[in-house]
Amino acid sequence: MLGLETHVELGTASKMFCSCSTVFGAKPNTQVCPVCLALPGSLPVANGAAVESAIRLGLMLNCSIASWCRFARKNYFYPDMPKNYQISQYDEPLCTDGYLDVAVETPDGPREFRVGIERVHMEEDTGKTSHVGGATGRIHGADYSIVDYNRAGIPLLEVVTKPIEHTGEFAPEAARAYVRELRDLVRSLGISDVRMEEGSLRCDVNVSLMPRGGTEWGTRSETKNVNSLRSVERAVRHEMERQAGLLDAGQRVVQETRHFQEASGTTVSGRSKEEAQDYRYFPDPDLVPVAPSAEWIEELRATLPEPPAAKRARLQAEWGLSDEELRDLVNAEATDLVAATVDAGAPSAEARKWWLNELSRRSTEAEISLSALAITPAQVARIIALVAEGTLTNKLARQVVDGVLNGEGTPDEVVDARGLKVVSDDSALGAAVDAAIADNPDAAEKVRSGKVAAAGALVGAVMKATRGQADAGRARELILERLGAG
Amino acid sequence: MGAELLRMSASELGAAIRTGETTSAAATEAYLDRIVEVDGEVHAFLHVDREAALEQARAVDARLAEGAEPGPLAGVPVAHKDVFTTKDMPTTAASKILEGWRPPYDATVTTRLREAGLVILGKTNMDEFAMGSSTENSAYGTTRNPWDLSRIPGGSSGGSSAAVAAYEAPLATGTDTGGSIRQPAAVCGLVGAKPTYGGSSRYGLIAFASSLDTPGPFARNVLDAAMLHEAFSGHDPRDSTSVDAPVPPVVEAARRADIEGLRVGVVKELDGEGYQPGVLRRFHETVELLEGLGAKVAEVSCPSFGAALAAYYLIAPSECSSNLARFDAMRYGLRVGDDGTRSAEEVMALTRAEGFGPEVKRRIILGTYALSSGYYDAYYGSAQQVRTLVKRDFDAAFGSVDVLVSPTTPTTAFPIGERADDPMAMYLADLCTIPSNLAGNAALSVPCGLAPEDGLPVGLQIMAPALADDRTYRVGAAVEAALARQNGSDLLSGSAFAV
Repeated sequence: MLGLETHVELGTASKMFCSCSTVFGAKPNTQVCPVCLALPGSLPVANGAAVESAIRLGLMLNCSIASWCRFARKNYFYPDMPKNYQISQYDEPLCTDGYLDVAVETPDGPREFRVGIERVHMEEDTGKTSHVGGATGRIHGADYSIVDYNRAGIPLLEVVTKPIEHTGEFAPEAARAYVRELRDLVRSLGISDVRMEEGSLRCDVNVSLMPRGGTEWGTRSETKNVNSLRSVERAVRHEMERQAGLLDAGQRVVQETRHFQEASGTTVSGRSKEEAQDYRYFPDPDLVPVAPSAEWIEELRATLPEPPAAKRARLQAEWGLSDEELRDLVNAEATDLVAATVDAGAPSAEARKWWLNELSRRSTEAEISLSALAITPAQVARIIALVAEGTLTNKLARQVVDGVLNGEGTPDEVVDARGLKVVSDDSALGAAVDAAIADNPDAAEKVRSGKVAAAGALVGAVMKATRGQADAGRARELILERLGAG
Repeated sequence: MGAELLRMSASELGAAIRTGETTSAAATEAYLDRIVEVDGEVHAFLHVDREAALEQARAVDARLAEGAEPGPLAGVPVAHKDVFTTKDMPTTAASKILEGWRPPYDATVTTRLREAGLVILGKTNMDEFAMGSSTENSAYGTTRNPWDLSRIPGGSSGGSSAAVAAYEAPLATGTDTGGSIRQPAAVCGLVGAKPTYGGSSRYGLIAFASSLDTPGPFARNVLDAAMLHEAFSGHDPRDSTSVDAPVPPVVEAARRADIEGLRVGVVKELDGEGYQPGVLRRFHETVELLEGLGAKVAEVSCPSFGAALAAYYLIAPSECSSNLARFDAMRYGLRVGDDGTRSAEEVMALTRAEGFGPEVKRRIILGTYALSSGYYDAYYGSAQQVRTLVKRDFDAAFGSVDVLVSPTTPTTAFPIGERADDPMAMYLADLCTIPSNLAGNAALSVPCGLAPEDGLPVGLQIMAPALADDRTYRVGAAVEAALARQNGSDLLSGSAFAV
């Protein structure tokens, strides 16, 4: 049985309960104020944009939206928590009881699972602690720790699934597919940049097993902060294998928090839940209840974007893709990029080709995600257009991509700056054609005698002489014209 | 000249400053001199910065000279409870854990005092984190009641009440969580109001119990209290629980003072057994007085009030156990045991052990227990149910009467030390005031004479529905005027510290 708790860091301009900026990567402790530092006397005020984001996500996940709910305080002491309580939601979440359908590839073809959504609730992030010295990188044994409160108070949505029971051996793939689907859905809403590498989407993965033929689920483990799609899959697989090993050996699974080790793909024991903390939740008296009106909820529902799954189906039909081609696109995380490129005017086949081949290769080389490449779909569409109108050859177009990725400007600026225009000026091209004919008398003779195919060698010579900048089509026309074969 | 300035009411002083009859600097100096003269005995202040206060006063004088009109209290000095943050003064909430802390920001109440041109003389003593009814829980010594220095000035805002009663300030701010303005006002012979919850901003008020804390005014008369109330109240977007509504017309009501035809309910449950006879006597006389002024008096029953004290002592400690968790030595305040060998957790524990006084610890422990899993429903949960019942009692009562009245406190000021070791006895001081905190409605205490047996002031509590604060001022002003006519002088002129 699987259970996932996913934290989505919202992309609101200000924090959950104060007006501090949320921009990632600022100097430590520069985006703070009396509220998010919990100075005596300061008070939180809920960020309306964050509440709106939560409702929209809840609606996308087919949840019911509470007409009245409260924030609650989760009390525990930790140095990265300025108030020593976290403002969260407890027994009155904003969104409840939804679902998300996900598809998993199996040897027997795709299988669809419906993942029940228990709740979506709002809360605030803690500060970020770095432990210096010591062997483990954890607080125990560290020489000292430093805290950056820039992250304290960043709005989070926590999406909690219901127990996912029927995935069987495909649990790791299902977990991954769920997180990916959720991420795409969040991205389609534009409420978060969902960059797992920056921690704007983080998962806790719960796994428990049931002996074959049994009727009761065993003790579950909770693996914290699993921060990539691949890690989600690996963490679930490892936990399944580890727990199965324990059970097969007649040992018991301990209810505990575990940490995922990126390098080894394994999990290690954290604190035991058996000495469970008592968080003493109670409604936060500093905040008035959140009571979205039915009209507002309907207004938000009316402006929801197309769900990613529907969008994929639509694009598959519009672009005439096979299931396999669609899968390649999805696996490359290129669907939205291609769609945006098409929206910017490119033919879908060209857009797909560029993103899946040339640009995928660049992102792999740079070890970044496709969407993190420093080129926009509109720029890719422009390059495709330049090729189509004959201004660029494919080879030149790749140089333009180099230039754009290099920060040299827009495709047109790169073309100008690097002088990459195709040579189609007849006088310049004519000289190259004449030289090619003079240098290749055999080929020229064949063309003269009607073997038009032999013109290819002459075109090749022209292209070589112009270092690829010639318009090959025009060169061919000139050759045939000059040799009387037109 | 000094004594004359001190004798003026705040409204008179404000007018005198505006007309150029005197200056804020002169008035401020007179009060600062008075503080030097008597505060050694009274110990109302934790912090006074003479130069800074005079500088503020001169700045207000300059603003007025330029034709600015900051308001009717411009230039009038005020004593500020040390629970409000002030950028230019230390703010400690009378706790060792915040000794010397200088906030980087002003509370909304502080900002509004400044905007209205009031001159902050200094910060007043209080029970640590506003937990207490006597100021004996201050980490910086007990404040004494100017009527009798061997007695308590009330609490938690006892520094503020003593300062005004000893003519060290014409006005003072306070906060009322369970009676912390009304009780000290009553035992010092002053007017003190607890506005409607959310009517005055909590931003920058160091929290004790968030759902109950309410900033309010102290003054020597009803009109002055109303003017201060109006100066710092009103909606604040930085306090989510702040009410987005106009400030009730309290000043107008204090001037009107007429109660002909007003329906007054006497709360049956806040009368009788357990009250000091002299307190009851003055209370009943005042009720008759109200009747004589044309009010229609009826007895009203609020059966849930009997459980209010118990509910309060679960809700307030629960909230405080969480509110005070932030005092952990990490970012500000006291830090104990940080010698490089101890963990953050150990430093937190040592700091809190040393930084908090016994009453604060008692309440943190109580609240932690009441919120614990397995006990939550029985304690915090039940207390919230009582709170709902208390609100319903008020709603029902206000269906048939315009205001409710009761004694403000069961006794007059008790001797220092008498209840220090008996928390239950101490908690009883708030018996009559707590229901209004639980319900969030408006309430005010106005002097209604001296108890015959000890010659100490007795307070009449007037309670009105939420956002009907003006009614409490209207009744208070009527009582004040009638008693002055009856006695030929104001109550405070009988105090040992009268000027």
